[in-house]
Amino acid sequence: MNHHINYILHLADNALILSQRNSEWCGHGPILEQDIAITNISLDLLGQARNFYQYAAELINKSTSQPIKPSTEDLLAYLRTEREFKNCLLVEQPNGDWGQTILRQHFFSTYQFLLYQKLQQSKDGQLAAIAAKALKEVTYHVQWCKEWVVRLGNGTAESHSRMLHAIDALWSYTGELFENAEYELHLINEGISVDVNLLKNEWQQKVNEIFSEATLPLPEKVFMHTGGKQGIHTEYLGFILTELQYMQKTYPGCEW
Amino acid sequence: MNIQVRKFYYGDIPEENAGGNEIKNNLQDEAAWPLWEVFIRSKQGLDHKHVGSLHAADAAMAIENARDVYTRRMEGVSIWAVESKYIHASNPDDAGALYEPANDKVYRHPTFYDLPDELKHM
Repeated sequence: MNHHINYILHLADNALILSQRNSEWCGHGPILEQDIAITNISLDLLGQARNFYQYAAELINKSTSQPIKPSTEDLLAYLRTEREFKNCLLVEQPNGDWGQTILRQHFFSTYQFLLYQKLQQSKDGQLAAIAAKALKEVTYHVQWCKEWVVRLGNGTAESHSRMLHAIDALWSYTGELFENAEYELHLINEGISVDVNLLKNEWQQKVNEIFSEATLPLPEKVFMHTGGKQGIHTEYLGFILTELQYMQKTYPGCEW
Repeated sequence: MNIQVRKFYYGDIPEENAGGNEIKNNLQDEAAWPLWEVFIRSKQGLDHKHVGSLHAADAAMAIENARDVYTRRMEGVSIWAVESKYIHASNPDDAGALYEPANDKVYRHPTFYDLPDELKHM
């Protein structure tokens, strides 16, 4: 049961933290239309996070016979600490410039697309349903990012060099996406979770295709950072949570 | 950098910018993305309606921007985007000559027929 809840929290945290990161662009996008586009993506991810948190809260409440205080989506998002968050390191990396934000979204959306495709067949009906619903949004995110990666990679000398910089900044966080955490390993046999290890080749292939269209070089094999899925994060998550959770921690239970 | 964005309202596109003439390039024009007019079909069987305009670097981006800006609340099932400079518009100053002569020609409306009572929705 714990593994099951942890897995759902992992899926939720990925979506929430990337949503929070993208939302930092709100009002600062390079042009009005793109400001709206990136915040749209942010809202899509927030919606996915809510679905997962609501489901996790439901399972937590079922698993404790007499909860002192029932768990809710808000408690899970606003009152857990850094070490309890199970998002992968990629989504907490800083926005950088527009190119870095685009590349992070491209890496993650491509991963999420493959993940949700498989998760649709999960034996957990609720997870399958959330994945099926989210897949339509993610399909659009993939398309949107792809055009931007090609546009910037294949654009001017400056946009190309900025994309090279973005690859340097982010590539070493992509390996973690395909390493199963303990909770995932337990659930694979039950047919609930997706074996992310099996997504790696297809992800690599999709990224290769777009990189070659964008005239961007494929990075060499480098050391890959891991730990986020187990709650060991880069320095950035603490700052993100400080901002994200400020209101609930200062005024517990406050509502709009 | 001072980027000047000029927006022409529907029907007010000056003659020198209409009709697909290439806009004379200067530094400012290069820095600004071209303007596109967006048309949305709200459901199958209806016409595409002009809903507004936006900036985009190319046609693919114009469609995506239109999706993000104009169909967030399920407004449409189909999008057209056309660069504003390709729209020919009548000159508002000519309105008198163009439209007023139709004022006193009521016979152009098919209102002189006696319709049978059974006929509805005319």
